Amino acid sequence: MASAAARLEASGELGQVSWRDGKRYLWLLGLVVPMLPLIAWGLVEATGLGLLWWFGPLFIFAVMPVLDTLVGKDAENPPDSAVKWLEQDRYYRWCTYLFLPLQYVSLVFACWQWAYGGLGVIESLGLAFTVGAVAGIAINTAHELGHKRKQVERWLSKVALAQTGYGHFFIEHNRGHHVRVATPEDPASSRLGESFWEFLPRTVIGSLRSAWHLERVRLERSGKGMWTLHNDILNAWAMTLVLFVALVAAFGVGVLPWLIVQAVFGFSLLEVVNYLEHYGLRREKREDGRYERCRPEHSWNSNNISSNVLLYHLQRHSDHHANPVRRYQALRHYDEAPELPSGYATMIALAYLTPLWRRVMDPRVLDHYDGDVTRANIHPRARRRVLARYGAAGPVAH
Amino acid sequence: MRPALSRTEGIDAVSRFQCPVCEYVYDEAEGDPREGFPPGTSWSEVPDDWSCPDCAVREKPDFEALT
Repeated sequence: MASAAARLEASGELGQVSWRDGKRYLWLLGLVVPMLPLIAWGLVEATGLGLLWWFGPLFIFAVMPVLDTLVGKDAENPPDSAVKWLEQDRYYRWCTYLFLPLQYVSLVFACWQWAYGGLGVIESLGLAFTVGAVAGIAINTAHELGHKRKQVERWLSKVALAQTGYGHFFIEHNRGHHVRVATPEDPASSRLGESFWEFLPRTVIGSLRSAWHLERVRLERSGKGMWTLHNDILNAWAMTLVLFVALVAAFGVGVLPWLIVQAVFGFSLLEVVNYLEHYGLRREKREDGRYERCRPEHSWNSNNISSNVLLYHLQRHSDHHANPVRRYQALRHYDEAPELPSGYATMIALAYLTPLWRRVMDPRVLDHYDGDVTRANIHPRARRRVLARYGAAGPVAH
Repeated sequence: MRPALSRTEGIDAVSRFQCPVCEYVYDEAEGDPREGFPPGTSWSEVPDDWSCPDCAVREKPDFEALT
């Protein structure tokens, strides 16, 4: 697969180096995601099966895991000399920008279907989950855009977040999560022994609190209070308010419950991905009280091609944390980084099923720390159980 | 090419400090108004727990003085 893809071409010549980006045109497949509601409609029309309004969750939880298994992995990295050229090529940016108009065409289309499509409750719910799948993956697009220096990209990031009302993510993720990643203080880093269902409220509430605190500190330095449109949380939420009011005005108040369902499913998809990314991994505290620098071994990675293409290399997560401003097409695989057993889509399904997740992931965390469980980021509430279970397996000699 | 870097200690004339991870530079003359540091805010007035506004990978004590 990788060699076939490599022949897909697009060569970057810099000095004497010639390198072809095998994924160049595959990135366009990322635009399939915001069209999921339209694809669902096409399938319903073609087959007459109303249940196909659930195509979004079906795509994430069934089609993607199968593709991850069939298509396989790719650990190819761009050579250092090609990174600059790769980052400057505007084609790659447009692959992400185009996600946004499609995302909102789908949302308006869904509202139209909820209002006038004659759907039953189960079908409307299915469409809400399908739209929510788009909304959740839109947070990933917002993530790519929000890390960039250009103001226009940061603005587009907020636009992509408007559908889920998750505008505060742009603050908390960049200035909170990236600073405290893989430490007990980070609400968005999951801990060994913590189930996804425990993690979900902790990250949702903790991230919101942290975002508010970060904005308060920033605005206080300028002598401003919180209740101003300079507050990036409030101006991002204002976009959501305008969007929802406009949709209700156009399609009636009946679409409001579905808008809420899609938003909640959307941000919970983002949070389950957060759950996968740093499970159990911990940075050591140095003697001066600061944490050691975030290194490749502090993030779980995956090289599964299909999930990587649809998520803009988010799974090359170690390089993202080392170089958050680096554009997705230039992110690299690290040999020393811990690797998930499969792509994110498969791991999400596993994360929902706590006993299965623990069976697959806890031994991997333990292996990563050479059997010394005390080096892991352990969930305080589960500490006794985790130590009783894995503590005995610690290394014999120190 | 990156400009030569040197340590912050003992250099009085330095007024620009670069994040060791990304290209962000704090210039005392320009400050960073969005971050709440108006033009002319000296480096010593920037709090130690302030992280790079572009990448947030490193904090003020990690910044390198530009000569």
